[in-house]
Amino acid sequence: MTEQDKLLEQVTNEDYKFGFVTDIETDIIDIGLNEDVVRLISLKKEEPEWMLDFRLKAYRKWLEMKAPDWAYLKVPPIDYQSISYYAAPKQKKKLNSLDEVDQELLDTFNKLGIPLEEQKHLAGVAVDAVMDSVSVKTTFKEVLAEKGIIFCSFSEAVREFPDLVKKYLGNAVPYADNYFAALNSAVFSDGSFCYIPKGVRCPMELSTYFRINAANTGQFERTLIVADDDSYVSYLEGCTAPMRDENQLHAAVVEIIAMERAEVKYSTVQNWYPGDKNGKGGIYNFVTKRGICRGDYSKISWTQVETGSAITWKYPSCVLMGDHSKGEFYSVALTNHHQQADTGTKMIHIGKNTKSLIVSKGISAGVSNNSYRGLVKVSKRADNARNFSQCDSLLMGSKCGAHTFPYIECANKSAILEHEATTSKISEDQIFYCNQRGIDTEDAVAMIVNGYAKEVLNKLPMEFAVEAQKLLALSLEGSVG
Amino acid sequence: MLSIKNLHAVVEGKEILKGINLEIKPGEIHAIMGPNGSGKSTLANVLAGHEKYEVTEGEITFMGENLLDQAAEDRARNGLFLSFQYPIEIPGVSMVNFLKTAVNEHRKHKGLDPLTASQFLKLMEEKKKVVEISSQLTNRSVNEGFSGGEKKRNEIFQMAMLEPRLSILDETDSGLDIDALRVVANGVNALKRDDNATIVVTHYQRLLDYIIPDHVHVMYNGKIVKSAGKELAYELEEKGYDWIKKELGE
Repeated sequence: MTEQDKLLEQVTNEDYKFGFVTDIETDIIDIGLNEDVVRLISLKKEEPEWMLDFRLKAYRKWLEMKAPDWAYLKVPPIDYQSISYYAAPKQKKKLNSLDEVDQELLDTFNKLGIPLEEQKHLAGVAVDAVMDSVSVKTTFKEVLAEKGIIFCSFSEAVREFPDLVKKYLGNAVPYADNYFAALNSAVFSDGSFCYIPKGVRCPMELSTYFRINAANTGQFERTLIVADDDSYVSYLEGCTAPMRDENQLHAAVVEIIAMERAEVKYSTVQNWYPGDKNGKGGIYNFVTKRGICRGDYSKISWTQVETGSAITWKYPSCVLMGDHSKGEFYSVALTNHHQQADTGTKMIHIGKNTKSLIVSKGISAGVSNNSYRGLVKVSKRADNARNFSQCDSLLMGSKCGAHTFPYIECANKSAILEHEATTSKISEDQIFYCNQRGIDTEDAVAMIVNGYAKEVLNKLPMEFAVEAQKLLALSLEGSVG
Repeated sequence: MLSIKNLHAVVEGKEILKGINLEIKPGEIHAIMGPNGSGKSTLANVLAGHEKYEVTEGEITFMGENLLDQAAEDRARNGLFLSFQYPIEIPGVSMVNFLKTAVNEHRKHKGLDPLTASQFLKLMEEKKKVVEISSQLTNRSVNEGFSGGEKKRNEIFQMAMLEPRLSILDETDSGLDIDALRVVANGVNALKRDDNATIVVTHYQRLLDYIIPDHVHVMYNGKIVKSAGKELAYELEEKGYDWIKKELGE
C-alpha cells in the first residue's frame, strides 16, 4: 500500500460520529407483524377510524406483494417478523413546553447538532425532531402559524387537521404503489406534515431530523407536504442512527403536492449508519419519495446527498401534471466499503410544456456498488416536453462499481430528451498536484470530490451545503488511482 | 540549499536517473538542459516527491534536512515548488479555494495564522500583477479550460503566491508563444531574491534569453555530463545535443 493510500485509509476510517446510543427508557412493542400490530400502532397513536382503515388496506395489500428484485442490489432476506414496528422514547404525558421534554432527548439532539431550544437555534430553520416512532418536538410552530403555515408531526396532523391529511394522504404515493410503500402505509409511525397556504412564502427552512435509536426496530416515517397555490417552501431532511451490528430497516414515504404556481424544494442529507468496514450492520434504506406538480407552472426540486445506509433504494420522482410544470433532481450518492446504492429518479411528463432536469453524481469507493437508475417518461398528450439528464460517475480505486440504467419512454414526437454521462477516476496526478502545493492527500481528495459534486452541493441551503461537504470528506476511504 | 549526491531513481522498474550530483546555493539560477528522455523531468518529479518515482540510491538534502524522508506536501511546505510541465485540471475546484487552502497550509507550517478571506484576496490582487494574469482565470476551476499558455502562467502565479525557496520550472517554456514566454520569464525574474533559487529545466535555449542562468548543466542518459556557465547554453544551441553525444564518445 502506498503512503497516500495509508493516509487516506487512516483519515477516512474515522468512526461514524453519530453512532452513539441514547440511554432512555423506551416504550417498544413486541417484534412481529400482523393485523393486531397494525391496530396496536393505530391505537397507540389514538388515530381515527379512517386512518386505521388506510393502514389495514395497505397491510392486506402488502401481504400479496413481493419485494422488488429489479434493482442492482444484493439484499439479504429481511425477516419482517423479527422487527419491532413501534418504539417511542418514554416521556411524560402531553408536552406543553420545551421544559417538559426529557433532558436525555434534548441532549441527544444537541449532540447531533440539532438544538431544540428555539433561542439557541440558528435563525431561519424550524425543526421537527423525530426519534424512533415519535416526533419529539417541533420548533417555531407559533411563528409559522401566524402565516397560516402548518408544520407539525404527522400524528398531530391526523388529530388536528384530519381533513387536510385525508384529502392528500396517498395522492402521490398510493398505499399499493410498491412493496415498501405498502409496508410503510400499514405501520408508519411518525413524520412531518406541512401545509403552506395560498400565496405564502414560507419565511424559514423547514426541516425534519430523523433519528433511529432503539435496537431491533424499523423506522417507518411518513412526510406529507402540501404547497397551495402560489406558495413556496424549502424543506430539509437529515437522518442518523447508532452503530449496531444488526441491520435495521428504514422504509419511509415522502409525498409532495404542489398546486398552481407553487414551488417546493426538498433537500436531504442522508447519513444513516452505513455499516462497518467489513459490511457488518447498517441501515437498509428503502424509501419512496414522490411529488406531484398538480398545478400549472408548479415546480418540485429534489436535492439529495446520500452518504449513509448499507443499502439504498430510493428514487425521488416528479409527476408533472400541470402544464408548464417543472421537476428537478440533483443527487450526490457516495458509497464506500460494502455499501450499495441503487438510486435515481423518475420524471413523468403528463402536462404540456413540462420540463425536467436530472443531475446525478455518483461516487464509488472501496468495494461498493453505486447505480443510477432513472426513468424519463413522456405521455402522449405531453406536448413540448423537455428533459436534460446528466449522470456522472467517479470511481476511487479499482474494486468498486458504478452503473447507469437510464430508461426513456417517449410517446410524444415533440419531446426533446437529452442524456449525458461520464465516468472518471480521481487521478494520482490530481492528488500529486495538490500535494505539491502543500495540500495533503486527505484534503486533496475531499477537495476533488467536492469539486466534482459542486453542481449539486450548490443547490443545498447554505448550512446544509457545509455539512454535506464535511460529510463527503468523512465518508471517503480506500485506494486512489 | 539543495544538495544532490549520487541520485539513482527508477520508474516502473526502469532506471532513469543514474547518479546525479548537484549543488545549489541561495540566489542561484541553474538551467538543466538535455535531449528528450535524458531524465530532466524525472529529476524534477523526484525532487517534488512523486510516488511513481522510486529513489534507489543516493541522498538529497534540502534546507539542511533529508528531503527523501519528507512527503510531497511537506517538501512543498518547506519551500519546494514545482511548476508542472503539464498542469492537471481539477474540475469544480475554484482557483481561489485551491490557492487559499495551499497558502494557509504553508502558513500553518510556519506557525502563522491563516489568512482571512479579505487578506487572501488582497494578496491575490498583488500577485496577479506579477504574471499579468486576469481575474477571469483565477475565477475558474483549477486549470480547467485554460490554454497551454494560461496554464503555465497560472503555475508562475501560484509560485508568486507561495513564495518558495526553491522553484523548479519543468519545461515551462514549452507551448508558449513569445509574448507568453516573456511574461512568464518576467514573473520569474521579479520573484528572484537572494535567499531563493531556481532550477530551469528546458529543452531549448530560448527561455534562457530571458532568465539568465548562473550555471548550465547538460543531462544525458540519466547523468549530468557537463556543467558550465551560461555560455554553455549558447554552445548547445549552436552545436546541438549531438555534440555532447560525440564528446561522450557515442
